[in-house]
Amino acid sequence: MNNALAKPTPIITKPMIALFVMLGTFPLWGEAVGLYHYLGVEIVIWIIYALGFNLLLGYTGLPSFGHGAYFGVGAYAYGLVQLGLIESVWAGVLVAVIAGAVAAGIVACFLSHRRGIYYALMTIAFGQVFWFIAMKWHTVTGGEDGLLNIYRGTLSFGVFDVSLRDNVPLFYFVFAVLIIVVICLWRLVHSPFGKALQAIRMNEMRAGFVGYNVWLIKWTVFMLSGAIAGLAGGLFAITQESAYPDVMGLHASGYIVMLTLIGGGFVSFWGPVIGAIVFFVARDLLGSITETWLLWYGLMFMAVILFKPEGIAGIWQDLSKKLSRNQKQNAPVVSQHVKAGE
Amino acid sequence: MALFEATHLHKRFGDQVVLEDVTLSFEKGQLSGIMGPNGAGKSTCFNVLTGHYKPNSGTVTFEGRDITGLSPRLIAGMGIARSFQIMNLFDEFSVLENILVAVPQSIKRSFNPFHDICGNSEAIDKAESILARVGLKGKENLIASSLPYGERRALEIAVALASDPKLLFLDEPTQGLGADGTALLADLISELKRDYSIVIIEHNMDFLFSLADTISVIHWGQVITTGSPDELRENEWVKASSLGEVA
Repeated sequence: MNNALAKPTPIITKPMIALFVMLGTFPLWGEAVGLYHYLGVEIVIWIIYALGFNLLLGYTGLPSFGHGAYFGVGAYAYGLVQLGLIESVWAGVLVAVIAGAVAAGIVACFLSHRRGIYYALMTIAFGQVFWFIAMKWHTVTGGEDGLLNIYRGTLSFGVFDVSLRDNVPLFYFVFAVLIIVVICLWRLVHSPFGKALQAIRMNEMRAGFVGYNVWLIKWTVFMLSGAIAGLAGGLFAITQESAYPDVMGLHASGYIVMLTLIGGGFVSFWGPVIGAIVFFVARDLLGSITETWLLWYGLMFMAVILFKPEGIAGIWQDLSKKLSRNQKQNAPVVSQHVKAGE
Repeated sequence: MALFEATHLHKRFGDQVVLEDVTLSFEKGQLSGIMGPNGAGKSTCFNVLTGHYKPNSGTVTFEGRDITGLSPRLIAGMGIARSFQIMNLFDEFSVLENILVAVPQSIKRSFNPFHDICGNSEAIDKAESILARVGLKGKENLIASSLPYGERRALEIAVALASDPKLLFLDEPTQGLGADGTALLADLISELKRDYSIVIIEHNMDFLFSLADTISVIHWGQVITTGSPDELRENEWVKASSLGEVA
């Protein structure tokens, strides 16, 4: 039973290895090119966040403009565990994931029968609810200041401990989390569930007639995306040694949409990864030149949307298609997600 | 007992009555046709039968079970598949992926996040045999939206076949096809007829009369008559209407 058309999905792919090698060696060369270790930590956390966000936006076509809420919920959950319950990084991260999933799961109950602009507006509204709670519920969230003095703590592996006080061990911790997230999500998008997500994006009605439980799939992907945002938020709280409402605002929620689109989340699994790297490097490089770096980043965003909505990954795919066409003329057009996976 | 029965269906949109006391039954192993002029209520009838709309009153049963008002997903799960008049494919998927998302091996595992469907050779074998059946062998890796119109029609039917339906509804399959395309489609459907129970809505009378075992005529939301193509040719109403000219 070996069908020529069967293309088993490899667990590890070349782009994955390239990303892991590049990020894994970052502490060795980062400072030499004028970057710094802390930036690496931030980039890795936002890659995790963006990959989870893209399950919704790129794969299922569901626009969430209030996703900062679940990132923030994860950050607060981590902080509350450390300050009030138990000083354990593992427990904090676990609770952050669960908190993100629960918050998103509740919201998704109100969203999953909607689509398009109504879906988008509802996500904004719920995002604002969470932001408002974070701002006003002083006794729990610390209001505008947020939760302070969340110490970075120590990772306990039973036989030995690793202190996360320095940025390099912290970097390798979040990097290890990223590896797990990438491998799991890569598998997920090639599973029947992942295909169903894409089918819903392309044709929600037909997906229902084919036999998929569209409501439940939309609910599940929102909850899952919220769980990953919660995970990223928990890691962010470790990094920042605090949790504060800024990350939950409309602004921060907008960044994740913009960077996913610039990277090319609609056409490639790797879009959000590219987007997160470009966003932070642009912030630092442009930010060192001008205070108004967001203006230039915004203009870049507009240029991408106007001229190449498929983003940087789309430009890359066009180039590699052109290259392979020069080598092998008249190659048939192959499905983009299949292509992106190679 | 018939495979599929609809009794006394009524459907209103606001105060407009679209279906009035429609009673239809489709037998196992047969090809049943529904015909009628534009605006007669054919498509609404189809949408009520396949769960897209809920009827205001009346019942629909399939294999003796009441399926009135169930969601399209549940109806599909019982073994009823449908194609669409306006093409409804997963446009950015390849031809193969369009079938692959619709085979039972995928639907069963809708919530399995780790099964590798692209490497499931059982599912792919099945998808391939369906594609071969509708004449799309060798085009598996083309993107659905890049196919010519006639092949998109064939793929539309193939997606419906992917679920191993016990009953297949086809909504105006000849819509937009030229004479050649219609002839090819007629070959395909007469071949499928051997294995599937099929219901077709059509306004192309030549096409329907050459394929169907029984035909129901719908006009003004009511079933006017039901019979074999030969009986219908003799029917006074059909003769008197423009439908009779082609028949």
